Amino acid sequence: MGITVNGQPAELTGTQTLSAYLTKKMDDLSGIIVEYNGQIIKQDQWATITLQEKDNLEVLRFVGGG
Amino acid sequence: MNAFEQGLLTYLQPEQLEKIQNVRIGIAGAGGLGSNCAVNLVRSGFRRLVIADFDTVAPSNLNRQFFFAHQIDQPKVQALADNLRAINDNLELTLHPVLITRENIHTLFAECAIVVEAFDQVGAKQLLIEELSCSGKLLVAASGLAGWQNSDAIQTHKLGEKFYLIGDLQTAIGPGRPPLSPRVQIAAAKQANVILNYVLTVAD
Repeated sequence: MGITVNGQPAELTGTQTLSAYLTKKMDDLSGIIVEYNGQIIKQDQWATITLQEKDNLEVLRFVGGG
Repeated sequence: MNAFEQGLLTYLQPEQLEKIQNVRIGIAGAGGLGSNCAVNLVRSGFRRLVIADFDTVAPSNLNRQFFFAHQIDQPKVQALADNLRAINDNLELTLHPVLITRENIHTLFAECAIVVEAFDQVGAKQLLIEELSCSGKLLVAASGLAGWQNSDAIQTHKLGEKFYLIGDLQTAIGPGRPPLSPRVQIAAAKQANVILNYVLTVAD
């Protein structure tokens, strides 16, 4: 199954939730902001989304400082 | 119309200034990003700001935030209001000396079409974007502005129609990466310019 992550094609095997995908891809999930098909998804909602073919993810990390 | 606004009309058309003056902007956090972004916005003619910050001015703020030594221990929202009014005394400011939470954020910025994310803590940055991303407001956030390395790495990233994120996306404050004036001001100025461009060009 093909999705797009930060503008790059990515291949998924099997059915995965957004939460499972991000946990596998990233060591540290603190400060992560996810835009899923154009919509920002709160961290506590990640487990409710099952990734589908052609989904578009933008994954960014907030770091401290201001 | 005061001397500041008359002077600004040297550079802007009256209809452009009118557009700028009609927009209400929320400033979430009045530290390095928020205070400097607000200065840029006010110098560009914006006059309606809602500023929220629970903190007071400390000596360690003076290296990069738009405050002065005589303002130490004053609430940041009040000190910033005084400094902004020294630039343009025709401002409509709403000041909230409170901690921003998931519960109060919607009310605090209810009247704002645009909100500047100007926090220092990661959790607060995340809170603002998560809570306001479906609000229809333009959100302008920042991430990655510590230290003194390459300032051209501080870029404007656009996500969706109404979310801009400015910074190098990686340089957190930490050992060897202090918050210093140039990179903080570059990020804050870029936040202000995204808003100026949005109001004068994109929002039409």
